[in-house]
Amino acid sequence: MDFLIFQVPMLTLQATLDGILLGILFALIAYGMALQWGVMNIINIAQGDLVILGGYIAYFMYLWGIHPAWGVIVSPFIMYFVGVGIYKLVINKVVDRDLFISILATFGISILFMQLMNFAFGADVVLANSGYGTTMLFDNSVTLPNSKIFSAFISIVFAIGLVVYMKKSKLGRAIRATAQNARAAKILGVDTEKVYAATFGINAALCGVAGALISITFTIHPYMGLPYTIRSFMIVIVAGLGNLPGVAMSGMGLGVFEEFADYILGTEFRIGSVFLLLVLILVYRRFKLSRKREYLK
Amino acid sequence: MKINKIILSFISAIALLLSTSVTSFAKVVGDKIVLGSAISLTGKYSSNGVHTQNGYNMAVDRINSMGGVKVGGKTYKFEIIYYDDESNPKRAAQLAERLISQDGVEFMLGPYSSGLTKAIAPVTEKYGVPMVEANGASRSLFTKGYKYLFAVLAPANLYLDVAIDLAVEKNGGKPVKIAQAFEQDAFSQDVRLGILEAAERTGSKIIIDDKLPKELNDMAATLAKVKAVKPDVLVVSGHTKGALTAIRQIAEMKVDVPMLAMTHCDAAKLSKQHGKNSEYALCASQWHKTLSYKDKFFGNGMKYAADFEKEFKYDPPYQAAESSAALLVFKDAFERANSFDKKKVRDALAATNMQTFYGNIKFAPGGQNVDKPMVLFQVMCNADGSKCENKVVAPTKWASAKLIHPIPSWSER
Repeated sequence: MDFLIFQVPMLTLQATLDGILLGILFALIAYGMALQWGVMNIINIAQGDLVILGGYIAYFMYLWGIHPAWGVIVSPFIMYFVGVGIYKLVINKVVDRDLFISILATFGISILFMQLMNFAFGADVVLANSGYGTTMLFDNSVTLPNSKIFSAFISIVFAIGLVVYMKKSKLGRAIRATAQNARAAKILGVDTEKVYAATFGINAALCGVAGALISITFTIHPYMGLPYTIRSFMIVIVAGLGNLPGVAMSGMGLGVFEEFADYILGTEFRIGSVFLLLVLILVYRRFKLSRKREYLK
Repeated sequence: MKINKIILSFISAIALLLSTSVTSFAKVVGDKIVLGSAISLTGKYSSNGVHTQNGYNMAVDRINSMGGVKVGGKTYKFEIIYYDDESNPKRAAQLAERLISQDGVEFMLGPYSSGLTKAIAPVTEKYGVPMVEANGASRSLFTKGYKYLFAVLAPANLYLDVAIDLAVEKNGGKPVKIAQAFEQDAFSQDVRLGILEAAERTGSKIIIDDKLPKELNDMAATLAKVKAVKPDVLVVSGHTKGALTAIRQIAEMKVDVPMLAMTHCDAAKLSKQHGKNSEYALCASQWHKTLSYKDKFFGNGMKYAADFEKEFKYDPPYQAAESSAALLVFKDAFERANSFDKKKVRDALAATNMQTFYGNIKFAPGGQNVDKPMVLFQVMCNADGSKCENKVVAPTKWASAKLIHPIPSWSER
């Protein structure tokens, strides 16, 4: 029974495709995290909870009879303001402090969001049905839900849109300038406060898109945010900040890794294997770093 | 200095509050029998916690309005003190401690879920407080030798073994191939044990045995395996998210299995969330309103459902029905014991043998109810899928519809 995946070649293909589609979605969340990490030096533990909140927006649209796919437009719009709100209330007080303080602050936000969502939306597991069909390949032996394809496609569109925006627009340039050197940017007349608020808003908006897509493809629940935070954290660690192609590649890599871990180790180790990989990568990075330091000495 | 003063006055205020509240409750006050319950009103079990509370409240109102409890020639009324355990086992145990040692409660009603019941049972046992619980089905609750724990529901290992028997029967008595996926929690793993026993009994083979993580929302890998090995029956148990995820992905991946058996379908509002995609799923249930059990308080299941709907504006899930039944058991035991002595009430509970609208209730030495079989219903929809209903298909004695087997393949649906 074990290693069924290697006996049936179609399963390998299925796992790879599932993993890639899933990974693109993870990469979108990770991109938001990389952006604000790079600009503000804040690791947002509440990332996953913002995703879930975005998912609830799409879910409520679905309840009101609007097709949940429109959530990918509405949800980022609302989430942008949620993000700016969080920045104004909490993050602006910790943005110049050390990393530990900001981790604590966002951890607090995460707990608060979980409880509030539980309070407001109830503890039921919910989902939004898109009614998209299924794409069958190779005589029905590989199946790709169209909702997953849709998710990957929308994620790519938003990621590309954001890259272009960062390159071309005034705000995008201000954000990049702040990321490079906040003090210099301030001296040259960039309102860094505004840039920070916008960055946090953009991150929340990306989470909103991802959340809407997750409510269409999977299920949402107030307490399901943490795995998304961990995954995006991991993707960013692997790819490094400000390395968008790297984020996309490590996102897909993680997706495929998860699917294969699922087949080979069993579903129960799926998320565990992600944690394990994270530990291994951190140890490896540390190891590499210490060698570099020795070299410098 | 100022802060110190504030803290001091705060502490003394709380101390004052506590000292006054201790004396205001006791086990039986005037004509009231005070029961205590820690229940999940917030946190991840809050929806089922509320079903449980509604079930308790409905039965309290009904029993009180129909003459109350007669003990020693005097009439008493039920009253329940609730505390919110936040779906947290540690908190639940603290609250049980508080209910018993501070509020003086001498009779307890159970919380929601096996995990929380497990946390509370040692406390009630320590103080010798009888607890009738309605929402902890894990088998491990009944193997610890607890003397004061009584469960009105069937233990978890009996949830789905009926489905295996049914599959074997449909296979002409020959063993079947089973694929199963269970979440890693006390309840689901007990359901799994039941399946393992049923498989051994019937000589069936388990060809996929996946464990699902707590954060599960993707079963694509398990289902792809199922597609590849083609089992005769697929069994899934992972609370509501397991049920919802399974149905969504089975439909999306067009997985064809002759039989699909699950738990937690009504809690997941499966047919409401998934419509026609959920059709033909077999679901284990402790109770269904069409069962013909009777009692004098609620009449029968249909009447209970109608009254519940009138009061709470939704169809009662079995979690509510079994909770109501717990109160009926308590009333019966008090009257037979004719006393409020904890030990006597405990012995009366142990000797319970009665029928309620929820089912027959008779406790084994371990405290589980052995007189009530599980039922299986199948989701059946009309042609366009706009209306889906749960129809009991097994055991045959209660069946209101015939089992549809095998499930039509997706290309024909």
